[in-house]
Amino acid sequence: MAPGTVPKSFGDRLFFVVTACAAALVLALLVVLVLRLTQYAWPAISRFGLRFLVDGRWDIGAEQFGAASSIYGTLITTLIAMLIAAPLGVASAMFLVEMAPSWLSGSVGVALELLAAVPSIIYGMWGLFIFAPFMANYVQPTLAGWLGFLPLFQGPKMGLGVLTAGIILALMILPFITAVSRDVFRLVPPVMKESAYGVGATTWEVTRDVSLRYGVAGIAGALFLGLGRALGETMAVTFVIGNNHALSASLFDAGNTIASTLANEFAEADSDLHRAALVELGLVLFGMTLVFQLLAQLWLRRVRKSMGSRR
Amino acid sequence: MSIMQSQKVSDDVDATAVAPTSKIRARGLSFWYGGHQALFANDLDIAEHRVTAIIGPSGCGKSTHLRVYNRIFELYPHQRAEGEVQIDGTNVLGPTTDVLDLRRRVGMIFQKPTPFPMSVFDNVAYGLRLEKRMRRSALQERVELALRRAALWDEVKDKLRTAGASLSGGQQQRLCIARAIAVEPEVLLMDEPCSAIDPVGTAKIEQLIGELRERFTIALVTHNMQQALRVSDYTAFFFEGHIVEFGETQQLFERPAEPQTADYVSGRFG
Amino acid sequence: MTMKRLAYRRWTDRIARAMAALAAVFGVVVLGAILLTVVYRGASALGIDFFTLATAAPRERGGMANALLGTFYLVVLATLLGVPLGMLCGTYLAEFGREGPLAVAVRFACEILMGTPSILIGVLIYTLLVVPVGGFSGYAGAVALAVIMIPVVARTTDEMLRLVPHELRESALALGAPHWKVTLGVVFTAARSGLVTGALLALARTSGETAPLLFTALNSTAWPRDLTEPTANLTVTIYNRAMSPFDDWQQMAWGASLVITSAVLGLTVAARWALGRHCR
Repeated sequence: MAPGTVPKSFGDRLFFVVTACAAALVLALLVVLVLRLTQYAWPAISRFGLRFLVDGRWDIGAEQFGAASSIYGTLITTLIAMLIAAPLGVASAMFLVEMAPSWLSGSVGVALELLAAVPSIIYGMWGLFIFAPFMANYVQPTLAGWLGFLPLFQGPKMGLGVLTAGIILALMILPFITAVSRDVFRLVPPVMKESAYGVGATTWEVTRDVSLRYGVAGIAGALFLGLGRALGETMAVTFVIGNNHALSASLFDAGNTIASTLANEFAEADSDLHRAALVELGLVLFGMTLVFQLLAQLWLRRVRKSMGSRR
Repeated sequence: MSIMQSQKVSDDVDATAVAPTSKIRARGLSFWYGGHQALFANDLDIAEHRVTAIIGPSGCGKSTHLRVYNRIFELYPHQRAEGEVQIDGTNVLGPTTDVLDLRRRVGMIFQKPTPFPMSVFDNVAYGLRLEKRMRRSALQERVELALRRAALWDEVKDKLRTAGASLSGGQQQRLCIARAIAVEPEVLLMDEPCSAIDPVGTAKIEQLIGELRERFTIALVTHNMQQALRVSDYTAFFFEGHIVEFGETQQLFERPAEPQTADYVSGRFG
Repeated sequence: MTMKRLAYRRWTDRIARAMAALAAVFGVVVLGAILLTVVYRGASALGIDFFTLATAAPRERGGMANALLGTFYLVVLATLLGVPLGMLCGTYLAEFGREGPLAVAVRFACEILMGTPSILIGVLIYTLLVVPVGGFSGYAGAVALAVIMIPVVARTTDEMLRLVPHELRESALALGAPHWKVTLGVVFTAARSGLVTGALLALARTSGETAPLLFTALNSTAWPRDLTEPTANLTVTIYNRAMSPFDDWQQMAWGASLVITSAVLGLTVAARWALGRHCR
């Protein structure tokens, strides 16, 4: 009997059924996740409707809940994190693969893989105790001095806030993005690079025109994975964002993300409506990560097509 | 500029009638992969506007020898060359040589076709764009010329915008040849250019090599003795990092001086 | 080639290289600083008390032993639940499902679940196991961790089993062995180290998790005797104490951070080591 067909004997049939059940369980988990959260959030969904997504008020006493500030905080911290981590990560990967001597890229590579495994709560601890004071004393005054005319960089210089959270998120996803990008660069066949060098290209030109193009799908994948992590990260953000339900133009102000709001309020929520609203926030977050994942998949498929078939 | 005209002009000059001068002179060239010595004091002359074939069993150092000429081996930290490679009398292994300029003058074709992940047009234009900023029309002219010289124009003129990787294997290799000759190098190094190509594609490339020799100096590494016999003017037989014999191709195959060469070309080993 | 153009290209190359090197140095320095801080601040909090006494009120003599033990229970239970289920699922994908519709759907579900923020897994288990039972419990925490493990283990198992050459399966099947025996006896043995790596990585990934425990296992100051009650654990204790205004509590949080970081990194190194053996 060839593998891949449904088996005949009793032992084989049992084995098939057991493994198939385990597989179906995973599928069921996803379905239950969506259904159960929707059911639990229903009081809030039916009460606030679509206004939930655009309403900035989150007043527990008045039982008035809107997700706008949390959605804004989630997106803006993720944006800051990506703006910092994407160029740094890809550039570091480029350095490790194309330029660094092999002993250095080997040991840094191992260190990266380890750093990518460090629990996010560690980044939160470091952000709260070490980085926030540094932000308050050095970074925020400097930014306010240079760019203070922008509303983005006005406000209290307390160290905590949206900008700090974004930077901590960036540090958290940096090793991850670097490690995946490095793997992508490594997959570029040496003979491809040789032929670009053979035309007289410089290292930078070879990287830009051959390695990056060759790996564009993989790099995009790395970035989207990093983005997904940043969107839903809880602990690294909760420690440093200041947890305040307010829509503010300033990056120095305290804010909140969906995940940080859940972490702060869920266990202590008294009213059913409050808890329902929190679960609805969770559904919004799930929807956001899902949309980004699907977009990533679609985009990757398009890129692969336009680059032609590659062996 | 009319392409047909330029070909005509080159047809009029019979390159073989003029006594060849050495374009490249390798002198005492040795090579190491880490602690392992792969080449032993090679002396070899590559004649201008001729095809010089380098033959020998696998692992004998043919490719290694070729990869010194454009210093491509320097990409790898543990590879080291000693001796001299003179191109037009200047040692290119010296510290004053500009590697980027050297590689522009010495083009290379690899075993496997290496179309860059971009369109057919951009592949051929790649080296030109590095070299200098050009007007679109001038660029198009140069790309067309290179593709015509690589005998590929008629096959791809309607799909210049498609990915280079979408062409067939033989077409991809000719695309790489077009890319290499677009920047008007003086020398073409070909490292077993047909080893991954089907027989029809191989025949086309062999014919192309015959045409290209009028314009370029060609060094061709091949494991295929029939190919060396068909396309080359001179042949060097390599064995275990040494050049056993070097001479005119006809003579080397018909009346080899060394018994080792005789054994190899008559197919007793390798 | 004009010399100006060549000089321009050479400078662009130098600048690009310098920037890339700077990026790498910056990353290594900052991330190294984070680890050093954890080691430096954490080491001074570790002592006999830390590993033997239960958590105590501020300014009182105490340790983290109950939280350590609680985390150990939760992770072991989660592993016992999540790793076998994940492996069974991965076995289905590699041995039976292949490219069939169910397998494609399950692989897709795995990807989505792996990309789902872990705090949402916490919310899900809260609605499934905390609300109906009427209280937070260690079991709920363990299940939440297991749910995070399952897709990770399933996908690595799937990939590792598919790396096993077909000839191996076929030659065993040709001897007349039933498929399940071939899979468990031959295929699993061939992929052994890869499977261990997958399990260890899933373990490393979940043992440092905080978010899924916040509304499942919650936390406790007591020793973990009964997992139907809220259960003490390291990560949530770190969170609570770091956010507190008390110096000695914050100090303990650093100590716990060092312990959990060492454990996670240790597991990651072990996983790498197992994979190294696999590739040899």
